[in-house]
Amino acid sequence: MSGAPARRRLLAVIGSALLVLLALASLGIGRYSVPFATVVDILRAPLWPVEVHWSAAEQLVVWQLRLPRVLAALLAGAALALAGATLQGVFRNPLVDAGIVGISGGAAGGGVLALFFAWPGLAVAGLAFAGGLAALALVFAISRRSDPRELMTLVLAGLVIGQFCSALVSLLVYCADPERQLPGIVYWLMGSFARIDPQRLALLAGPVLLGGVLLYRLRWRINLLSLDAADAASLGVPVVATRWLLLTLVALLVGAQVAVSGGIGWVGLIVPHLARRLVGPDHRVLLPASALLGALLMLAIDDLARSLGAQELPVGLLAALLGTPLFAYLLWRRRSGGGLWS
Amino acid sequence: MELAIRLDGLGHRYGAEDWLFRELSGVVRRGEVLAILGPNGRGKTTLLNILLGQLRPTQGTVAVDGSIGYVPQALNTPFPYSVLDMVLMGRARHVGLLRSPTRHDHAIAHAALDELGIAALAARAFTTLSGGQRQLVLFARALAAESELLILDEPSAALDLRNQKIILDHIAKLAARRGLSVVFTTHQPQHASSVADSALLLMPDASALWGPSREVLSEAALTRLYGIELRRVRVGGEDGGELGFVPVFGRR
Repeated sequence: MSGAPARRRLLAVIGSALLVLLALASLGIGRYSVPFATVVDILRAPLWPVEVHWSAAEQLVVWQLRLPRVLAALLAGAALALAGATLQGVFRNPLVDAGIVGISGGAAGGGVLALFFAWPGLAVAGLAFAGGLAALALVFAISRRSDPRELMTLVLAGLVIGQFCSALVSLLVYCADPERQLPGIVYWLMGSFARIDPQRLALLAGPVLLGGVLLYRLRWRINLLSLDAADAASLGVPVVATRWLLLTLVALLVGAQVAVSGGIGWVGLIVPHLARRLVGPDHRVLLPASALLGALLMLAIDDLARSLGAQELPVGLLAALLGTPLFAYLLWRRRSGGGLWS
Repeated sequence: MELAIRLDGLGHRYGAEDWLFRELSGVVRRGEVLAILGPNGRGKTTLLNILLGQLRPTQGTVAVDGSIGYVPQALNTPFPYSVLDMVLMGRARHVGLLRSPTRHDHAIAHAALDELGIAALAARAFTTLSGGQRQLVLFARALAAESELLILDEPSAALDLRNQKIILDHIAKLAARRGLSVVFTTHQPQHASSVADSALLLMPDASALWGPSREVLSEAALTRLYGIELRRVRVGGEDGGELGFVPVFGRR
């Protein structure tokens, strides 16, 4: 085990380097492609003098269109992965993501509601964000009447709220005008970074950075919460309060992600599994590793989404198409003795 | 001597079921080892849960002075944490909400592993250990908590004879050296007689017998406790040897 910290440091360095390289490359990828070296020059031009050898259009694409989008993909990927790693620890269950406590369902419900009434874009984001938090608050209200330590009540309450939100979304989709409203709603539900602007980026960055830093600081507590509740309590852990604190932070992260980029599944479920394979189960290391890996994966998926076809594919759709076989592979490895956790 | 635990008229029953125990009063002093004995389903674990503050008694009061380190019978973790990570979790009371264990906490965890002679397991995954090794790790975790009081739920149940001896020796040593009060439940009267200063027998009729273990652990009391015949025997030694208890099984 003495080699493990060195290996983790190496992985962190490799991961960070990959992230920077991919982010730079992503600024050039797309229908209007910009060479890598030009991207680097455009980015460093404000800091020190570089001879301008690029067009105004290239400058605009890199700074105004792609940079917010790349940053948004990084933040959203990190947020989903952090949320997944936290939830899998808190619920002591490998098959858990933000759907489990109704957060992503509530956020989707809020967003679709705003789209249905054709409210402006920021209202869609705001309602989606509020919807995630409201769903969690409802789960809290329902589950608090029984034994507060019992996880199963929480899961069932989350299931109920999630299903209700999904029914609400179906109702709005059914009632939506197929010409004017439906395409927008369906496309939003499939997730996309195509409509990121500085305002939306700020709406994403604020909650994700705040929630992310707090989750990072609380990461050792997730180890404690992953013990059974009575055992954690015997160690002096305020189990219920810590659990709700973590869930609220997760709602902050996932609500913000859905608010600006719509429904994106699978990333939150799979990334913690991949990270666990690389760095082990200790959440002190797993959380930062998941965030890094989630950011990397989300960015790669978004790059694929806008370069695979003539028309841009929704990232949520692509994430599911790539995520399901990956998860199947993890399951297959488990059956042949690999272990789902290790 | 200072008191670690005081029970006053303690009684418990679940709903309208029969009383598990009633009118239980007594004290555990600093540095004292108390063994709790009783047949299955007689309320040993219930009593521990009340001491741990996880269950409210039906009657009476409990006062516990100091923090408790608890060693459960068994623990399943969904993640294959390393043994060191498991023992570090014992530091939960000493690590701030937004902090992670420091070097000092790591040193204490390593010291606890050393003390129980399982330092070599530090990097192993807890989930791959045998029942006996897990028990020792949970014991180390409780030591790392640096509590004034140690509560162990049937610490010898899953252990082979050698590991039973290791655990019992540590219980005796901790009480003597660190002045820790230790409460443990057991099905082995001999474990109680060998390391416990006092014994609490939770009788089938919800009454209890609580006193110095030499006096309480009599043939008559144990026979009444378990409803089978038990013999108290001396095992080896010129100076009278150790006390042993032998249940009388089989055909008469």
